Amino acid sequence: MKPRAREILRVERLSKTFGRVPACSTVSFSLRQGEVLGIVGESGSGKSTLLRCLAGRIQPDEGKVLVASDDHVVDIWAMDEASREQFLPTTASLIHQNPRDGLRLDISAGGNIAEPLMAAGGRHYGSLRATALEWLEKVDIEGWRIDDLPEIFSGGMQQRLQIARGLATHPRLVLMDEPTGGLDVSVQAKLLDLLRGLVRELGIAVVVVTHDIGVARLLADRLMVMQRGRVIEEGLTDQVLDDPHHPYTQLLVSSVLQV
Amino acid sequence: METDLAFDDDDVYSFAYLDEMTKRMIRRAILKAVAVPGYQVPFGSREMPLPPGWGTGGLQVTASLLGRDDRLKVIDQGADDTTNAVSIRRFFAEVSGVATTERTGEATIIQTRHRIPERALTEDQIIVFQQPQPEPLRRFITEEAVARKIHAFARYGVMYVRLYEDISRLGHIAMSSDYPVVVNGRYLASPSPIPKFDNPKLHRSRALALFGAGRERRIHAIPPFTEVKSLDFADYPFTVQRFEACCSACGAQDSYLDEILLDDGGRRAFVCSDTAYCAERRGERTES
Ligand SMILES: [Zn+2]
Repeated sequence: MKPRAREILRVERLSKTFGRVPACSTVSFSLRQGEVLGIVGESGSGKSTLLRCLAGRIQPDEGKVLVASDDHVVDIWAMDEASREQFLPTTASLIHQNPRDGLRLDISAGGNIAEPLMAAGGRHYGSLRATALEWLEKVDIEGWRIDDLPEIFSGGMQQRLQIARGLATHPRLVLMDEPTGGLDVSVQAKLLDLLRGLVRELGIAVVVVTHDIGVARLLADRLMVMQRGRVIEEGLTDQVLDDPHHPYTQLLVSSVLQV
Repeated sequence: METDLAFDDDDVYSFAYLDEMTKRMIRRAILKAVAVPGYQVPFGSREMPLPPGWGTGGLQVTASLLGRDDRLKVIDQGADDTTNAVSIRRFFAEVSGVATTERTGEATIIQTRHRIPERALTEDQIIVFQQPQPEPLRRFITEEAVARKIHAFARYGVMYVRLYEDISRLGHIAMSSDYPVVVNGRYLASPSPIPKFDNPKLHRSRALALFGAGRERRIHAIPPFTEVKSLDFADYPFTVQRFEACCSACGAQDSYLDEILLDDGGRRAFVCSDTAYCAERRGERTES
């Protein structure tokens, strides 16, 4: 029997309310190394708020976000801000829907990949350059574009560059917010292929938030369906999509809902 | 009588122009800056009777430090005799009566813009920099709150991006002045606007270095014997500019040189930017 992979993330009874509107209500789940969890739901279902609580961007009102570090487990919202800012960038990467939110458009493609490496202490130009080239290749951007500004890249290329920047630091956990949103269908398909390959190759733990059932089916091992801040159904991806129990999930899957 | 300063002989000013309360406030900021090397301490900047571009931050620091026994030297671009340096020196002589000097070795306080004297400073001396922009991150981070967080968490990756981009585009780090340093292994600081030639002089300097920025209302300090590291990469180490020529006036090979035009025919020569250093060397030569 294969030993179970290490638990990377555990969320316990996480809640967040904006004013009187509950964005997330007592959400709990666990994620192991090499596993991809899809969170699906309409906009306003609380899935993006949840992702931001995991990424250290929005502080939950209640609950815990436990993340594995090298030799122990830390509760990111129980840490002081300085410790959290020290811990998270080397542990978790957030991939934004809009690559412009995750890139610096005024610095070169290579510089974008090198920046988080330098923030983590990289001080050898030659190896930063080599890592940047290696990652450009991994995301299908030709090496000669290393000194180009991402401003002149297509949307799909910008998104691939953002992914390279997010993965080059070898985070344990990758958080993706609608990674293919805003792209043409053909570009989406290529990006999904690439993401699926990288996730398998690197064995990282991934949380991917999407309203697109196709994206969820292609990337996720397990699914969590959210509606009005609550998890209403969860299970293996095929199981949830092929045999949805909750009426809302059935609507989502049958694409009756305009999401 | 001086006519180039907005200064009226009939008015009664406090010693060194600023009132005692203000000087005390500035001294408190200086003490805090010395206690946290490289950290930018806010202070309540006052108006000085000189144009803002003249380094009112440095002027206020000097005003709050001066005592009756001090001997003040003022330089601008290394020279004691520019309009700016002469006016500031006269101003302090007027409002405090302290002695002034052009000799680096004789000064107890040296106020400067753009240079550190060539002659090594001693533990009895304080060097005060007039600083237009104390925030090394300003070129990348326009939001004050964001810059403060970067300092708080010491996440200076963004500053190294500048170095990375320079090497990628030009093959070397192109910054030649206002070259950022890490002070005491902790805070990123700007030694602006000195040439990087002078950066090594800050490292474990025997003299206290104080940086005053009037418009930005910040003071930071490098206490004596503090580690000052200029940013670089392991495979692209920090280097200072080297001059092919030597000074045509004193023959110095180790000083920072300015290029000057000798005649209308375009003949050029190099001379020490530190005029006092050059004069002292020439004096020594004629004596021997
Ligand atoms: Zn000379």
